[in-house]
Amino acid sequence: MYRDKYFFLLPGLVVLIAIIIFPLLFTIRVSFSSWDVFQPGLDYIGGRNFARVFEDTRFWESLLRLSVLSVSSVLLQYVIGFALALAVWREIRFRRFFRVLFLVPMMTTPVVMSVIWRTIFHESLGPANDILQAIGLGTVPWLSTGTAAFISVLIVEVWQWTPFMFLLLLAGLVSLPREPYLAAAIDGAGPIRTFLQVTFPLMAPITIGAIIIRLIEASKIMETVYVMTSGGPGTATETSSYYIYIRGLRDFQIGYSAALSLTYLVIMIVSLTIIAKVLARMLLPREG
Amino acid sequence: MKPIKMALLLSSSIALAGQGALAQGDYSRFGIKEDLPGTCSYAEIDKKDYSGKTLNIITHAIPVMGEPTALHAKQFSELTGAEVNVVHVPFGDLFQRIMIPFQTGQNAYDVMFYGSLWIGDLNPFLEPVPEFYRNSTGMKDVTPNYIGVASWGDQMVQYPVDGDRHYLKYRTDVFDNPELQAKYKEATGKELKVPATWEEYNEVAAFFTDWDWDGDGEKNYGSAEVVKRDDLMFSAFISRVAPFAKHPDVKGGFFFDLETMEPLVNTPGWVRGLELFVEAQKTFPPGGNNFGLGDEIFSFGGGQTLMSYSWDDAYIQAMQPDSRIRDKVAAAPLPGSYEVWNRETGQWDRFDEPNRAPYITWGWTAAVSKSSQVKEVAFDFLCFFSNEANTLSDLQIGRFGVNPYRNSHFTLDLWQDKLGWSEKSAQTYIDTLSGMDLSRNRVFDLRVPGVNQFMSALAVGVSEALAGQKTPQEALDGVAEQWRAIVDRIGKDTVREAYAKVVALEDNLQ
Repeated sequence: MYRDKYFFLLPGLVVLIAIIIFPLLFTIRVSFSSWDVFQPGLDYIGGRNFARVFEDTRFWESLLRLSVLSVSSVLLQYVIGFALALAVWREIRFRRFFRVLFLVPMMTTPVVMSVIWRTIFHESLGPANDILQAIGLGTVPWLSTGTAAFISVLIVEVWQWTPFMFLLLLAGLVSLPREPYLAAAIDGAGPIRTFLQVTFPLMAPITIGAIIIRLIEASKIMETVYVMTSGGPGTATETSSYYIYIRGLRDFQIGYSAALSLTYLVIMIVSLTIIAKVLARMLLPREG
Repeated sequence: MKPIKMALLLSSSIALAGQGALAQGDYSRFGIKEDLPGTCSYAEIDKKDYSGKTLNIITHAIPVMGEPTALHAKQFSELTGAEVNVVHVPFGDLFQRIMIPFQTGQNAYDVMFYGSLWIGDLNPFLEPVPEFYRNSTGMKDVTPNYIGVASWGDQMVQYPVDGDRHYLKYRTDVFDNPELQAKYKEATGKELKVPATWEEYNEVAAFFTDWDWDGDGEKNYGSAEVVKRDDLMFSAFISRVAPFAKHPDVKGGFFFDLETMEPLVNTPGWVRGLELFVEAQKTFPPGGNNFGLGDEIFSFGGGQTLMSYSWDDAYIQAMQPDSRIRDKVAAAPLPGSYEVWNRETGQWDRFDEPNRAPYITWGWTAAVSKSSQVKEVAFDFLCFFSNEANTLSDLQIGRFGVNPYRNSHFTLDLWQDKLGWSEKSAQTYIDTLSGMDLSRNRVFDLRVPGVNQFMSALAVGVSEALAGQKTPQEALDGVAEQWRAIVDRIGKDTVREAYAKVVALEDNLQ
């Protein structure tokens, strides 16, 4: 009778196994096979796919590019998102309107928005260069040089996902206790000092959570690259997830792309754990 | 003859004619002008009863090929009573959506519409086209190029529904303009003529770049090309390379040396093609080195650029009734080269006339799955899809992506009278397209297992050279290295066996 209670766990357990455990185990199994367009099925080739991953300079370059892109985009999202959250946290006119407005980019479909941004950045027909020319700044090769294309992808990422950061940080600000602010006011602290010594430290746990969540998401960037640049010019905007997509679904190298995915997963788990620990050490007050 | 007898004869003739018309039937409700006689005409398919049978089809997203598939599926269902389900998939997902069920032994789709270059991967899963359909009226009219494209060795496993090739498109209002001709001669010392070589193409394009030569107040440019990586750029590059690397007297492979299976992609002919591709970038519109197929269509079809080359779409776009450059465009064979790399002698051979190597690039095709339980329904559907009335109607709708592939499509009557094209636009189009069938120096796609892997590696290498990350030689050396690795993984003999079928087409052995 006492053991019957465990049956209530069964539905959740089944779902967990079906959507997380099984695909993960299957991916691990596939990564040890040579499943390819010309070789269907699950044979066993040992660690050959993983050995190939370590020699694949294009994968490691794409990982480095991804690191730069995700860290810089998340930092920008954090700074802008925090500024916007602070702006609507206070009593301002049309506060509700602005809160909804700031969330609009996040609610749009990434593929659709990437197509729109690609049109905006179209160098001869898009409005971005028209505006720059109208104010006398000349044109920018948004998508046709490596550096500019990288920055263009970064802009779209920041535009699309800053609202998410804004939402988390605003929720954090709204839940902050009032007492430290009263104390700061009594002590005569100005707005900058209040922010640096009260708001920012109090927001540290939320900051860490928001940055980690966004880093996880940003590291999966795919649609923007796919639509805007296809990883080019050359390989200038090719990220790991786009590279794995090419290998897996375009080239149909299923076994090898499984090995790439697992390598990528392990690297992500390790690096995000380290980043979380570093952020906690930097931002959270030390006990004692 | 007595009047009464005359009247009887006349009335019986009218009655017979009326019966004939009734048998032919009125199918205009399906959106066609009239049914046309043929093996799978509306009238013939109307006689079939496939009630209770289900046909599953996978095709491209709407509109290109997806829209005609959906349209003819609905018509077929109404005529035969079959239940027809159509799944539309974006191009990037199409290959894996077809391949995964095949590899895992599922019978997901009876009919597949896909890119004809995948025949090297898909052929083990395809049902050969039965003799009845190979002898159909529609099939008998298909040109030899597209019979070749549909065949795997001596077996036809793909059903021709479209014809594709790359060719040159140019603005006649510029090339035929005496003022612009004089201006060009003054600046370059040369006559302005339709480029016969890729060097001339780049020269003409460079002159007509960055100034308003059509007087619309906007700057114009020389060339629009498909350059975006992973967006069919490999096909554009093959068009540019072909005349330098496809020697008419050297047999045995364009992509590989068939004997050794050593890649030829980094030989001097290929490198020269890439050098000129890199050089051509300065003649593109702003952002032109990130142009995908859609941008190329829009740029040339919209009147921004002087020349372009790729599939039919940009030409059809330019010839739309509302186009401001309608009847100001013409077609010509792809530029060639006076010098061709001879890999047997290891030297450049010089020709008196430019070497032309038409690229019969991949296009849409269709096939029936070997594991289909309704093969007869499936082939009847494909035969109906491409019947005379449907094809004639589909050719006239640019967004459908159905391009000429039958002898009857190369008549002035169709393009000039039915579509109202000018004589020059229609005639050059017909001559260029039909002329490619006559060439003895054609290049086909690399139709071998793993073609996407080979083309993906090629696109990255070319893109690196275009972006200035590598020199053309370095980039193509890198591609050759990757191609060797792919061949090793797939197996040299497997690739050779498949590649031999491509070489047979290119060397006119088939």
